Amino acid sequence: MTKATRPTAYKASKSQEATNPHSPVVEFGADKPLNLDSGVSLSPFRIAYQSYGTLNEDKSNAILICHALTGDQHVANVHPVTGKSGWWELLVGPGKPIDTDRYFVLCSNVLGGCLGSTGPASINPETGKPYALDLPIITIADMVRAQAMLVEHFGIEQLFAVVGGSMGGMQVLEWASSHSDKVFAAVALATGARHSSQNIAFHEVGRQAVMADPEWKEGRYLEAGTVPRKGLSVARMAAHITYLSETALHNKFGRNLQDRQNVTFGFDADFQIESYLRHQGNTFVERFDANSYLYMTRAMDYFDLAAEHEGRLADAFAGTKTRFCIVSFTSDWLFPTSESRTVAHALNAAGASVSFVEIESDRGHDSFLLDEPEMFSAVNGFLRSAARAKGLLPS
Amino acid sequence: MSINSHPRVDFAVIASLIEPGSRVLDVGSGDGELLELLQTSKGVDGRGVELSQKGVSESVARGLSVIQGDADSDLKYYPDGGFDYVILSQTLQATRNPKYVLTELLRIGEKAIVSFPNFGHWRMRASLAINGRMPVTKELPYSWYDTPNIHFCTINDFVDMTKEVGAHVESAVALNALGQRLAFNMPWGFWNLFGQQAVFLLRR
Repeated sequence: MTKATRPTAYKASKSQEATNPHSPVVEFGADKPLNLDSGVSLSPFRIAYQSYGTLNEDKSNAILICHALTGDQHVANVHPVTGKSGWWELLVGPGKPIDTDRYFVLCSNVLGGCLGSTGPASINPETGKPYALDLPIITIADMVRAQAMLVEHFGIEQLFAVVGGSMGGMQVLEWASSHSDKVFAAVALATGARHSSQNIAFHEVGRQAVMADPEWKEGRYLEAGTVPRKGLSVARMAAHITYLSETALHNKFGRNLQDRQNVTFGFDADFQIESYLRHQGNTFVERFDANSYLYMTRAMDYFDLAAEHEGRLADAFAGTKTRFCIVSFTSDWLFPTSESRTVAHALNAAGASVSFVEIESDRGHDSFLLDEPEMFSAVNGFLRSAARAKGLLPS
Repeated sequence: MSINSHPRVDFAVIASLIEPGSRVLDVGSGDGELLELLQTSKGVDGRGVELSQKGVSESVARGLSVIQGDADSDLKYYPDGGFDYVILSQTLQATRNPKYVLTELLRIGEKAIVSFPNFGHWRMRASLAINGRMPVTKELPYSWYDTPNIHFCTINDFVDMTKEVGAHVESAVALNALGQRLAFNMPWGFWNLFGQQAVFLLRR
């Protein structure tokens, strides 16, 4: 079995990671095209991934992690571009709720991403140039189709669990709906079965910011040698606010001034919150591709699981044998508890086995990425119970 | 909702009414103690609905399929006959609309098991008659102004309601303060006076 290579040379450039990543890559050639929701057949394409732990002999201990909008496959290893530790090391690792001593944990960069899987920064084999906006629109279901091919590549017939938050949670729900027999247990955190009008609105602001940047060059900035730094940075700043809560912002920054005693009567970053957001915007540009951001946000906007089933969400899960764990957070206004409750009710109506818990937290949407002990114990309890049911743990 | 924290003498009675391996929904599943008992002793496929966040968290951490929800508003999402048994233990008196909830239990489950504290118990009657105050007991420790128990009933009242919703009483058990079963051949009036709580097995 392929062993994940751990990035050793840090501070790789993001363009290098997009085309020649540190992560192992599986190439799907002309014999394995991907039929996208848009009607286009994508071929060839490739998926970059990281893996942790060991796949057991009967290949029954695999957990697939689906990353969020601006996440990537570097769940529990040092990030090759930023040099920071993995984004979910609190949850994934030896002895953690997603225990890499027990499970084989797989996470792939989503299709349309920019950390090695085929995306707008990849080279279009037909032109020899980056795809940019010539890449067909990617949907959540397309991401899942690509993941399913990767899972098949590993010879895994059924995943023990699929786990993800936010856009990752959308993928979890899509997996459970369209590949139900391949998912024993599903953990969907801070997510919903559709993107709300408000969420689409925020994404549109972000996309327009990117596209308004002259350096974007109608998407052909890689060839032009420019970076739509301002646009992507503003997009990130706006989005970042939606990941937090008013309480969290107030507690962290209040109206505190940044390295000064008084306001400057100008438009410099007087307030700490301004400085913080600018920093968030700037660091994001260093690691993320602007066109990828357009594709990812579009994929989330198009997601509406009920619509694929004539408006009846319960039908998306009809006859499912998958066990579900749904978690929401009280202060999450991007994917409020009502969205998770809708999913839980649909699963009830479908007769599914479902655990649903709303966790008290003032840290907003990003809570699922943070140290939330109640979330850890819920995920841990759910997975242990599922592992007993699947015979991975003694009952 | 985990309203009453004293040891739950009704659990053993409820468990004795359930066929092994059946599909069970526990409405107001508290910290999941009954569901866990039923899973280990009866091998049931158990699900729970619980109002309190703490109860749900504890249950999910125990590996139980419990969702956060409300008996008054969330039962409508469950399909007809989705369960062999729907249990409502010590929760009926805390619902806003007990009659609706009972109807829903009988729609969702082939059978419904309802346990509730009997407000017709002689201690309750004595407390009200002698002290002239709303009873506060070890089992029901809340004052009238902060109690979650908003719809108390007596065994007789409950029997009337089962008739109103067209439910058949398959069996019923009354328990005294020590959790011992009262003789089954006594009339309802006897149970109503000496039963501290009752467990009913109903079917449509």
